Amino acid sequence: MSNPGNSTGTKSDLSWQEYIITRAIRAAGYSAVVFVALIFYFLLREGLPTLGEVSFSDLFALRWYPIENYFGILPLISGTVIVTLGAALIAVPFGIGTAIFISEIAPRWAREILKPLVELLGGLPSVVLGFLGILVLAPNLRILLNLPTGLTALAGSILLGAIALPTVVSVAEDALDTVPRSYREGAWALGATRWQTIWRVTLPAARSGVLTAVMLGIGRAIGETMTVMMVTGNAPVLAVTPGALFSPVRTMTATIAAEMGEVANGSVHYHTLFFIGMLLFIFSLVINVTASAVVFRSKKRAEKVLS
Amino acid sequence: METNLNDKIVIENFSLQYVDGTESLRNINLRIPRNAITVIFGPAGGGKSTLLRCLNRLNDPADVKTMNGRILIENENILDPKTDIIRLRRKVGMVFARPVVLPMSIRSNITYGLEVMGEKRRSKLNEAVERSLKQAALWEEVRARLDEPGVALSGGQQQRLCLARSLALEPEIILLDEPTSGLDPISTGKVEASLQELKKTYTIILVPHSVQQAARTADFAAFFLQGELVEFSEGKTLFTAPSDKRTEDYVTGRFG
Amino acid sequence: MLKKFFSMNRNFTQRLGFGLLTLMAAMTVLPIVAVVIYIISQGGSAISLEFLTGFPRDGMRQGGIMPAIVGTFYLTVGTAFFSVPLGVAAAIYLSEYAPDNWLTRIIRIAIINLSGIPSVVYGLFGLGLFVLFLKFGTSILSASLTLSIMTLPVIISTAEEALRAVPQSFRTVSISLGATRWQTIRRIVVPEALPGIITGVILGLERAAGETAPILFTGASFFLPRLPNSVFDATMALPYHLFVISTQVPEMPFQIQYGTALVLIAFVLGMNLIATVIRSRARARRQW
Repeated sequence: MSNPGNSTGTKSDLSWQEYIITRAIRAAGYSAVVFVALIFYFLLREGLPTLGEVSFSDLFALRWYPIENYFGILPLISGTVIVTLGAALIAVPFGIGTAIFISEIAPRWAREILKPLVELLGGLPSVVLGFLGILVLAPNLRILLNLPTGLTALAGSILLGAIALPTVVSVAEDALDTVPRSYREGAWALGATRWQTIWRVTLPAARSGVLTAVMLGIGRAIGETMTVMMVTGNAPVLAVTPGALFSPVRTMTATIAAEMGEVANGSVHYHTLFFIGMLLFIFSLVINVTASAVVFRSKKRAEKVLS
Repeated sequence: METNLNDKIVIENFSLQYVDGTESLRNINLRIPRNAITVIFGPAGGGKSTLLRCLNRLNDPADVKTMNGRILIENENILDPKTDIIRLRRKVGMVFARPVVLPMSIRSNITYGLEVMGEKRRSKLNEAVERSLKQAALWEEVRARLDEPGVALSGGQQQRLCLARSLALEPEIILLDEPTSGLDPISTGKVEASLQELKKTYTIILVPHSVQQAARTADFAAFFLQGELVEFSEGKTLFTAPSDKRTEDYVTGRFG
Repeated sequence: MLKKFFSMNRNFTQRLGFGLLTLMAAMTVLPIVAVVIYIISQGGSAISLEFLTGFPRDGMRQGGIMPAIVGTFYLTVGTAFFSVPLGVAAAIYLSEYAPDNWLTRIIRIAIINLSGIPSVVYGLFGLGLFVLFLKFGTSILSASLTLSIMTLPVIISTAEEALRAVPQSFRTVSISLGATRWQTIRRIVVPEALPGIITGVILGLERAAGETAPILFTGASFFLPRLPNSVFDATMALPYHLFVISTQVPEMPFQIQYGTALVLIAFVLGMNLIATVIRSRARARRQW
């Protein structure tokens, strides 16, 4: 049915009350744009001065030691990258596997149990996971892998993987759900097993949604703060080899959270932390815009296929 | 065009095109007499519902590409941008093909239109409930359970409730868009009987769900084909001696 | 013969694959259950009336966590105060008013972005705008405002979904009866979508209640000897308190740590449970 409400569009038939309420609702609708702009503005405002205070080569250097005015952010970026990659290695296979299980294989009762449990994981405060990381995960990792300390990039990756999981599962499952049933039935009719159907038909049909799931999961992992701050050992050293997984690192988010409380407002250190925040904002912007563009495109394609 | 006192609605050179290219109306000229049942019929996609929706401006302007001509109700052009659409919709009631009972009690369904108008007096509201339910031949069946949810009624009762809901506003014109398409013959009969009663006070425009219903109920009939008005005349003339070949083919069941 | 071999092979692959996926799902879900059970078993013994209603003593190594519980409650209410009206109104705009044009697409992209911004960046923003620029200081007000912007996308998207689920025919009928668009929304659409809206609100607030990073520099306090007096005071909060006692306080008794974690997850998961119950009840009762 069409939306006839629009026909009250002429002003004369709106009472003043209706007019004001409509205006207020529209303003609220625009607010999200205003907030994103405000956030970006404040990050720029407090973060850009860094570029005047720290030379470009010093900023993208290998040493982060603010007390002695070393503001090299490469170790922090490398920390974020290695922890996030590790998290993706866990969250992507397990997330997609669980999504396939829930949407394609699980009997109804199992689905009814699994979905709330995954949601439950999404609801667990990250500080609780960090807390368990310190008390349970890190000591066990230390003994198991015979490391000097369990507070390593690996501990961070494991917990971040868990934090990114619900995002990957729910987005990927949505994507699998939207694959028309007729695709599957068509494949079965041609004699494919359910397993073949999943791999050759359903998963390829949902690939853009699954890709979005992976991207949003990674975005979630990059942005996570408390858990990584608590379990990665907080050592701002460059981490580029796979071996770095087993040593302490420090991520961009953890650096901001750990140090912002102690800096003087307006200092170089303060500006640099905002600069790091600005980089994080840009990362998340790129990831989310790309992810939503992928979804948008695939929706259009699906419409074409179905019409 | 001369005005005839007996015409409730005068449609002049009315054309409409939708943005998506579906269903349009081309140069419609039609005079709808008061206190009678005018039936608008024809094959699907002919523009019947579109015309109906224009009469109380329920068309979404976002879907409409072009709209020309005039629709006069009591000599007032309702397509004029200055028209008070809310008032127009109270004057022109509408019953849809599928009964849509609002998610509230039977009583509140009826009083909804009056309440949004600002009517608060209980006595007025109760009066309207009883009057309109009686007019829609539903009063005896529901008088004891007015506060039960409207969706608890049967399909036929729901549709009569929808009719009563329009009547509560005391409109001048009632538009019915295939109101009996989902109903059993007994319910259909009840609705049709109510209409015969109601036409004494109201101007009724009915899009029937079959040619048979059209022939049964029409005082006047207009045959629409692909967005054009093919023929309009008194019901008994049109169904027994249509002047246009296309009307004859449709009425006698040769197509559609 | 060959055919038979292949079909056996195919079945074997399928069974192996299904087994693998089942194992993966189990490995995803079982740790969650284990974590919750573990925290309950370790922290349960810490829960006492004194723990829930007392102030921390002896450098937080003894006593209760009442100020943190109260603080989290204040922050949740404060967040709701700002984010619920704004989020629901924005959802109404998107579902009922927004035309299909580039501006609406920008709004949607903005909402997606808000949901993806790292929580610590919200903290920076709150520090820059509310604490320093607007001079609200490190306070409940600053922290609530920061958290409310962070929860907006959750509230907007769930509420919009709930509003869109209300059948279009209700709106058409209401409009045809002479109701204005706002009357239609207020009398028909919002009441019908209410359970879904409430679910969205609770899920958003649940997230706010469990967050630490956004309040680190905007309103959280390490330790307070008394409860905050006004919205311009800083406050203790459960998630921040758990962070503090698990990283900043040496020789902290495990029992109090686990007890605090237990209260925090009870708070958060309790909200989750309420939301789930409201949602499933509404689904069962729905008549359309």
